[in-house]
Amino acid sequence: MGFLIGIIVILVGFFFGRMAEKNHFKQLQIAEGELSNILATNLKSSANEAAQTGALVTGNVVVANDAFKSFFAFFSLLFGGRIGVYETLMERARREAVVRMKREAKAMGASEVINIRIETSTMTGKAGTVGGIEMLAYGTALVPA
Amino acid sequence: MAEIIVTNLETVPGKTITAHMGLVQGNTVQAKHVGRDIMAGLKNIVGGELKGYTELLSTAREQATLRMIDEAKALGANAVVNVRYSTSSITQGASELYAYGTAVKVG
Repeated sequence: MGFLIGIIVILVGFFFGRMAEKNHFKQLQIAEGELSNILATNLKSSANEAAQTGALVTGNVVVANDAFKSFFAFFSLLFGGRIGVYETLMERARREAVVRMKREAKAMGASEVINIRIETSTMTGKAGTVGGIEMLAYGTALVPA
Repeated sequence: MAEIIVTNLETVPGKTITAHMGLVQGNTVQAKHVGRDIMAGLKNIVGGELKGYTELLSTAREQATLRMIDEAKALGANAVVNVRYSTSSITQGASELYAYGTAVKVG
């Protein structure tokens, strides 16, 4: 019985997780397109010499694995090598954090975000399992004075 | 007194630094909420964003930033530059959010 429930949970995770991931990538593409007029760099200064003021902007997101990914990763750990299912998870989280940061910058009327830093931290759940992964992006938004 | 300017650059755009007042910092230690933990447990089946945690961490980080700003105000600064954030998980279910930077006077 327990085995059956485990299989069902993994299958549910597989289908819903895959659907959610596909949707998320689509949304990210739209959001990134809308925000593409805001230049984002990790340089210390802007090439634009015009007088501007700066303010800190941040964006964060906490994402979780689905049951299928956790299951798949468990087996990958036995054999080593790349864990592709985690790569896409990290990519999604990172892009989402940058999008949120840029939205905050846009709301201020900024034209550019410079000196961007991206940071990752894990929130541990029960018994050493990864509860969630937090991605934080922050930088200085430059607003034309 | 004017609002404190916060940037993660070494300078303040459009202004010049006239005095350095030293390091300022702020932290918060935030524990997870049991109710949110249950929701997160469910989310670990289907995956996706844990909205409760996103909110929790961003408000905690704001709090840490405010504490840093208060410290800067107490020093008589009007800007904080080169701000860095760091996060560490202390024990199961608790994280520390830490913000630090250099308080400066700009003119």
